[in-house]
This record gives sequence, C-alpha cells and structure tokens, in this order.
Amino acid sequence: MAAEHSIAPLPGWAAATLLPLLNLLAAFAVSGLVIWAIGESPLDALKFMIYGAFGYGEAVGYTLYYATNFIFTGLAVSLAFKCGLFNIGGEGQAMMGGLGLAVVAIGLDGLPAILLVPLSILGAALFGAAWAAIPAWLQAKRGSHIVITTIMFNFIAASLVSWMLVGVLKAPGSQSPESPDFPEAAWLPKMHELLAGIGLEVGSSPLNLSFLIALGCAALAWFFIERTRWGYEIRVVGGNPGAARFGGISVSRSFVLAMLVAGGMAGLLGLNELMGLQHRLIANFTMGYGFVGIAVAFMGRSHPFGIVLAAILFGALYQGGAELAFEMPAISRDMIIMVQGFVILFAGALEHLFRPQLTWLFGRLRAIGGTGV
Amino acid sequence: MSEFYLDILILLDSTLRLATPLVLAALAGLYAERSGIVDIGLEGKMLGSAFAAAAAAAVTGSAWLGLLTGIGASVVLALLHGWVSIHQRGNQIVSGTAINITVAGLAPTLANHWFHLNGQTPLLDGPARFQVITWPWVETIGAVPVIGPLYAEVISGHSAITYLALFTVPLAAWVLYRTRFGLRLRAAGENPEAVDTAGISVYALRYKAMIINGVLCGIAGASLSTALGAAFVRDMSAGKGFLALAAMIFGNWKPVPTLMACLLFGFVDALQGRLQGVDLPLIGEIPFQFTIMLPYIFTVVILAGFVGRIQAPRASGIPYEKE
Repeated sequence: MAAEHSIAPLPGWAAATLLPLLNLLAAFAVSGLVIWAIGESPLDALKFMIYGAFGYGEAVGYTLYYATNFIFTGLAVSLAFKCGLFNIGGEGQAMMGGLGLAVVAIGLDGLPAILLVPLSILGAALFGAAWAAIPAWLQAKRGSHIVITTIMFNFIAASLVSWMLVGVLKAPGSQSPESPDFPEAAWLPKMHELLAGIGLEVGSSPLNLSFLIALGCAALAWFFIERTRWGYEIRVVGGNPGAARFGGISVSRSFVLAMLVAGGMAGLLGLNELMGLQHRLIANFTMGYGFVGIAVAFMGRSHPFGIVLAAILFGALYQGGAELAFEMPAISRDMIIMVQGFVILFAGALEHLFRPQLTWLFGRLRAIGGTGV
Repeated sequence: MSEFYLDILILLDSTLRLATPLVLAALAGLYAERSGIVDIGLEGKMLGSAFAAAAAAAVTGSAWLGLLTGIGASVVLALLHGWVSIHQRGNQIVSGTAINITVAGLAPTLANHWFHLNGQTPLLDGPARFQVITWPWVETIGAVPVIGPLYAEVISGHSAITYLALFTVPLAAWVLYRTRFGLRLRAAGENPEAVDTAGISVYALRYKAMIINGVLCGIAGASLSTALGAAFVRDMSAGKGFLALAAMIFGNWKPVPTLMACLLFGFVDALQGRLQGVDLPLIGEIPFQFTIMLPYIFTVVILAGFVGRIQAPRASGIPYEKE
C-alpha cells in the first residue's frame, strides 16, 4: 500500500467517472463474449439495445419507468451504507411496502384520490421502514449480522405476502395469487397522460408519476444525509462508530434511523409497480430489483445524483434488453439478467480492478505534461 | 407394523433426501467462512453446477461425468469469488450477489443455446442420473420388526450423493479440528495476522478453502439436477443456498451442529410436503407458506441470541492485507 501512496493518487473526478466507466465496459466486454459464443453479433446486440432503450419516445418512457424502481432500491442500499450497514433486504422491504400500500389502498376504498394517494404512499413507506427497522434493531442491540438477517427477512416477507395473497387479500374468484384491484383513486397517473394534459404529445409507456416522486426522494435523501443533524450522525457512525460513541452519538439510534429511511425508500417500489402499473398487489412484483439496487448504489458511489444516473443505466439495460430479446431470438431475458450480474460484479465487487493501471496512466500523463492534469 | 411408524419412516427418508444439498452447501459455506471469506454465492454455485452437471450428463450419458463437470463449474465460480475477496479485496457480499445473479441468467441462456428446451436440459434417465442404491438383504432384514423397516425405508434407498454428503460431515470435523491444515484454516478466519506472522500464507489458505467450497457446492448442485431431479430447470436452487447459509449459522459454524440444522430444515420441508392439504385436529390446515418460512425465522431468532450463543469467525468477511 505504501508504494501506491508514494506516487500521486488518482484524481477524485477520475475515480468517480473513469473507474465506473471502465468497469461497465469490462462487464459489457465479458457479456459480449457470451453473446458471441452463442453465435450472435455483440455489436448488433449493443445497437439493438441502445436503440431499444433510447431510440424513440416510448423506449425512453420504458427506460425511465424501470429506472424509477432502481432509484428507490439504490437509495435503500446507499442510505444504509452511509451508516456502515449492508442492507441486502431491499427485496423484502419492497415486498412489505407493497403490502402496506395494498392494505391502505383497498382498506380505505372510497376516499378521494387527494387523500388516498398520500395515505397509500405513507402505508408503503411505513411497512418498508418497519421491515428494515427490525434487523437494524437486532444489529444494534443483539449484534445479529444485518446481512444475514435482511436475507432471512426477504424470504419471510415473500412467504408472508404470498400467504396473504391466497388468504385475506385474495381477489374473489381469481385463481392466481393476487389482491383485488385498487380503487381508481389510488392509481398514479401515467406521465403521457399528464403531459397530454399540458399539451405535450409523448409515446405511451408505463412511466408514471412515481418517477418524479423517485427524483424527489433522491433530493430528499441528499438533504437528509448532508444537511440534517441526523444525517450527520449517520455519516459519523458510518465512518467510525467508536469515535461517534465518544462524541456522544447513539450508534443504535443511527442504525435504526438509517434503516428506517432506507426501508421506507425500498417500500416505495410499489408506487411504480403497483399504484402506477398493476393496480393490485401481486406475488413477486419485486423481481430482484432490490438486489440490483446494490449495484446501483455502488455504481452511483452512494451519491443520490450518481444513483439516479446508475438507475437510468440499469433501466436502459432492462428496456434495451427486452427489445433485444425481441429482435434476436437467440437472446432471451435470461441474457439480460446475466449482463446485470456482470455489471454488479465489475462495478460493485471489482470496483478497484483498474485503479492501479489508471493511477499509473495518470502518473505518466503528469510526467509528460509537467504539472498539468 | 403400525401405519404411524411407517409414516414417520417415510418422513425421515424424505428428510435425508431433502437435506442432502443443504448439508453439502452448508459445509461449503462453513469452510469459506472459517477461512475468513463470507460466501452468499452458495446459491449461484449450486445453480451453476446443477446446470453443468445436467448438461454434461445429458451429453455423455454418465451421471459421474456430470458430477465432475458440475464440480468444475462450481470451483471456477468459487475461485472467482476467492480472487475478488482475497486479491482484489472487493466487497464479498456484492461478489456473492453478482455470482448468484450472473449464473441465474447464464445457465438458462446456455441451456437454451445448446438444447433449445426453453432454458432446461433434456430429461435424464438410466446411467445419466444417480439411481437409488438398495442396500443388501433389504428383503430379509426388512422383515425384522421395528429395525427392519428402518433399514429398508430410511437407511437403504438413497443416491450415492446422499451417502457422500453424510460422509463429508465427519470428514469436515476431522479436517477442521484434527489436522494441521484445519488448525491453520480456522486461524486464518480468526486471527490472520498471527497466521501471517507464523510465516504461513493467509492467501493460500483462503484459496484452498474456496476450492473445497467449490467442490462441495458442485456436488450439492449436481444432486439437485442429477439425483433429486432429472434435469436442470430454471432457478432450481430456489433459495437452498441461502437456507444452507442459515443452517451453517444455526449450526454455529461447526460441522456436526450444521448437519443437525440441515436435517431439521430438511425435516420441516418434508413435513410441509406431507401436511399439504391435511386438516389437522384443532389447528386446521397449516398454510405451506408458514412452514416454508420457519427455517428463516429460526435463524433470525438464533442470530438474535435469544437461544444459545453463536460466534462467527472473527475475521470473516474482512479482506486480509499483508503488512
């Protein structure tokens, strides 16, 4: 390590932009190898994917619709991470958030939208937050490793919700595990409908108001972490719990607080998927978005702005991938899951893979350009 | 012989069968964690091996060649995780998650490309699948009251992998507690600085642990697709890797208690299969979603320290940096 420090370290902006970019390229290169191995052209695949994700109005709508999910789950991972906690339970928190949302939306049927929508959102956030608070409390008070407890809570949430969907919440007469439809007052308007209202014509897609709520959440998360006392305490605990304790900060309280906010964010996933699109609670609507949130948080360097960008990237991967599967029959949705896996591997677990090379390169550039860069 | 006794025996028989992949995967996790590497990628390695084993068995017609291929695939993934954790000092949780997701996508993609069966492999039978082994004199001994049915129903009639899995438990206990390698391995997970000071490579120990981890996960995966099942099916590991992780914690990172936890989880699984649709007196019908989540609730309760005391290896999950 000492040798690395003797040469000038990598500039901050390069670490924040070039490293993730290189990691992404590496992930795409490995994925390209697999595509080539099954006899398709990686370049054509990339072309279809980019066009499918950004090429026309509806495509952009779909990309942002998927990105909405990733903003919520990415924030859920990163907010906990600020406190030094690894929240791998976004999946379960989102599931419980969906349950809370459904209970409010169906239970308070008859309220006008102006009341029902905020209350349903509150239900989603509260259920998600509560589901995250238990592992946080267990970590703080009993030392139970939060990675393991949140994994367990994912499975427990999935079982719980699927049990309710064949029992109390089951839609009468339906064969599949799903709740009755939400009252229309709890539906979030689609963006293309909203924009048509102000005279803008855009392609129809499932993109709905949740996208703007997600952007708002990212801004709020930034404000909470960077500008409030609670956020400050969470950052101190995340940086050095021992010092925080000496400084009079309650570590347990910060753990629980960070996870409450994180779980609340994950819980909001249902806004997009359920209130925006499905209009009922279905089993497994979380579709692994909670796990991909880990990659989103890492790629976005745990900064809300970075998370929004990373979420759009993953949204493009989803939407472009769906289009690709349609254009190239040899490529299925499974392939997209694989690409995501590689992105998580390179951007998350191997984030420092190219740091030595890049540091060396910058050192050379400095040597050549004198004091520049 | 009473109906009830036979019911119990059949239940124990399925317990052993269902616990087989759990035991192997839990021991795999145990070797990794004891050496200082957290492995939540058990799921992905099992799935990868299940696919590789089923694909190779389908092509070669030999379950044993399938098993070897499965082990090979799993060891490659284990070494990838090892490299990320040891040399790259990457985040081990993220690496495990990445492996789980990558394999969940890669396996059906390759299956589709090679076999065109919508992400599955062809159905295996005959020597391409591990057949149950019937022990000698089952007919004769089976006629003996009480012990006979136990021999015929529970002890006899499993695949080679199940017997192998049961054998790996005492083997693990012996390796970890009775060999020099085991002592060093445990030290690498508890106090790697001390191991390094003694002039022993922490890195080499951890890589060796990951190879063992890969072999065990490989056998576990092969058991899913070539012994318990007869083909690779999308997502067929179905959370068993995480359940194995839970069993390892439940067993306090020790081989024999881990086996007991796996048997308990296997029993719960067998029981829920048996109780499905059965109206119990007083309780009524137990929804299977409840029995499914029982092992996870057990694990949380154990982790919370409300029952007994557990102790994870101290250096587990922390990359070692040489001085």
